[in-house]
Amino acid sequence: MRRQALDIFVNRIASHPDLQQSEDLKTFLQAEEETMERARSQETGIFKKKPGDLMQIFKDVQSKVSDVVLGKEKPVEESNAEYEKLKHYIFELEDHLAEAQKHAFRLVKRHRELGQSLSDFGKAVKLLGACEGKSLGKAFSDLGTKSEMLSVKLQKEAHNLLMNFEEPLKDYVRAVQSIKATMVERANAFRQQCELAETTKLKEINLDKLMLMRSDKVGEVEIEYKELKADSEEATKRFEIIVRLMSEEIVRFQEQKTLDMGLAFHEFAKGQARLANEIADAWRGLLPKLESCSSLTHESQ
Amino acid sequence: MMGSDNEEAHLYASREEMESLVLDEPPSPSSSFNNSKSFSGFRSALSTLEEDPLLRDHHHRNPNLPDHNNSYLEPPSYADVIFSPFGSDDNGTNDANGISVESPKEESEGFLSRSASTSTEYLKISVSNPQKEQETSNSLVPGGNTYVTYLVMTRTNIVEFGGAEFSVRRRFKDVVTLSDRLSESYRGFFIPPRPDKNVVESQVMQKQEFVEQRRVALEKYLCRLAVHPVLKRSDELKVFLQVQGKLPLVTTTDVASRMLDGAVKLPSQLFGESVSVVAPHEVVQPAKGGRDLLRIFKELRQSVTNDWGGVKPQVVEEDKEFLEKKEKLQDLEQQLSNASQQAESLVKAQQDIGETMGELGLAFIKLTKFETEEAMFNSQRLRAANMKHVATAAVKASRFYREANAQTVRHLDALHEYLGLMLAVHSAFSDRSSALLTVQTLLSDLSSLHSRAEKLEAASSKIFGGDKSRIRKIEELKETIKVTEDAKMCAIKEYERIKVTHVFKIYNIWH
Repeated sequence: MRRQALDIFVNRIASHPDLQQSEDLKTFLQAEEETMERARSQETGIFKKKPGDLMQIFKDVQSKVSDVVLGKEKPVEESNAEYEKLKHYIFELEDHLAEAQKHAFRLVKRHRELGQSLSDFGKAVKLLGACEGKSLGKAFSDLGTKSEMLSVKLQKEAHNLLMNFEEPLKDYVRAVQSIKATMVERANAFRQQCELAETTKLKEINLDKLMLMRSDKVGEVEIEYKELKADSEEATKRFEIIVRLMSEEIVRFQEQKTLDMGLAFHEFAKGQARLANEIADAWRGLLPKLESCSSLTHESQ
Repeated sequence: MMGSDNEEAHLYASREEMESLVLDEPPSPSSSFNNSKSFSGFRSALSTLEEDPLLRDHHHRNPNLPDHNNSYLEPPSYADVIFSPFGSDDNGTNDANGISVESPKEESEGFLSRSASTSTEYLKISVSNPQKEQETSNSLVPGGNTYVTYLVMTRTNIVEFGGAEFSVRRRFKDVVTLSDRLSESYRGFFIPPRPDKNVVESQVMQKQEFVEQRRVALEKYLCRLAVHPVLKRSDELKVFLQVQGKLPLVTTTDVASRMLDGAVKLPSQLFGESVSVVAPHEVVQPAKGGRDLLRIFKELRQSVTNDWGGVKPQVVEEDKEFLEKKEKLQDLEQQLSNASQQAESLVKAQQDIGETMGELGLAFIKLTKFETEEAMFNSQRLRAANMKHVATAAVKASRFYREANAQTVRHLDALHEYLGLMLAVHSAFSDRSSALLTVQTLLSDLSSLHSRAEKLEAASSKIFGGDKSRIRKIEELKETIKVTEDAKMCAIKEYERIKVTHVFKIYNIWH
């Protein structure tokens, strides 16, 4: 399972138009063992230092994400109606998906349980058949064998469900969570941009004041102001990039998810249909054998 | 409406939601589902599922239109799905394929009475019309106790009944009495077990449900008696079915009052002048259920001697064939009990999977609604449409699981019935062993009496003229011996009779 998940993950990065180019990916894919060892010990690049208390950090991030994104922490937030809508959509989506995934996982478990109990039942019936006479005993033993055979099919379907239905759903949930993380970044960028804008303006006012007063500090402050202005513009640009990327990504995300889920649903339906057919065939195939047995018993009576 | 509800409330809500869910598929005119026996309809439905929904959907770029091609099942209306997709079968005579298969119930009745299927006589009993009635006897509680009576209607062409149709009112206590009298009169027979008393459940369950359950159980029981080749002619059953008013059978007294009666007699038995003797007619009944405490003690002592004493008792269970068959039956019982357990867990597993499938469907339906409402892109709408199909299919599948499970329960119930029958077998066997014990006890009594008599005779012969009191004692002892011998003969006869019955019965089971 892990192998499959890693496969999907790496491929996804590689197919992303921007992430393809990252240095980290290139290192991951190409560097020989020696280089990797060095990189691991250096704790740079892709091997940043592991946080000490993982749980705590996780919790912090969780609360920070909701706070920041839902605008609880700072009063400074975008007043973009469409973006608001998107935020709430993403949060609700996560809840719905989590529930669906929970049920999907449970369904897998149910398949396994049914398989197990069919197998136990089959064994018990066979033992019961051993107590009986010839044709009746055979009937029981046929029943038991069919039951056990079906149990195997159920276990197989359980596995199929897990891999091709539950996994994609889990994936979906993870994707939504990463969108939430991006939203945090966006909020941070926005905040930075605002702050810098504020500071720059203040500096400008100060500079104007000084210029009016013909103070000798003007030169100094002018330089500071110019720096601040540059920083502010950079922050603004950064924010705008994030906004643009996000909107592109959302479109891609929706399309990708439709494809992924479509595939998952198809697999689900196929698997269930196949299973149902197999079960129906198995029992139906048993009927003639049972009929011949019951007619025999009646004859002998 | 999010998953923040507590689990249970969520489950109940979802079950209701499932029930009330209107599956708004456009009704298809060519409903082969409705025409054919549902099974083939189901099959064709499954084959439609095999088509690739993704490809099909890509061809309709506008998923806002209802997709007529996308109905996964020749859409039955909601009502059809509820009303047993496998066809209504009350007797289990039509299974899904339309092939008549003998229901296991008929088979079990065939088991009990081969003769009934060959002869043309019948005895049909129905139990219906439960009514509440007041306890008329003096009760301390004002307003008195109420109990339920049932109308028992009989139709028969058996000559001994002296009539063709009867109808009487009986209460559950009467059935208990009937069952007890039958087990006394027909010791050694495999008597079907009567319905449980269910003391706790009668208080806890809804009155209506409980009464209905009991009515069904009573009918089943009486019908089983009616097909039993021997019991159906029994006096007790005749009386039960025919006599109006109060049931004229001796009611069962509880253990405590029996013991009390016995305790009264015990001192005179042990110390008194009356010689403690077991009368022949008493010997025919087992010691345990009676009032004769002394006899109970004696037999208990005998059984201990049997188990721990070094000497083998004079009469033992010798019939090898019987012992073999007994073992086989014990094995059968164990397997039945095991199979019955596994059947129960199978049913539960099927129920679970059906439920979870339904829950999954519901979750997807919610998701669909959500995505459709909040849709900002066409890809979302497309996805929502796909999801909806999967969801409705899942909900339907869940309903089918439920139906299938109901059928499974019905058929596998036969296992439980057989298990109940095994109890009857058990009590028959214990009848046999207690009869044997009685015989053994009497034999040892006899031998000790004989030795006492010998000793007395030997002693008195030494005294010239005879010792009046000793002679008297000898006379008494001889009397006792005679009565005990009679009792012994009776006990042995009874034991042999039970053995014969068993042979007949076991023959019945295995063929």
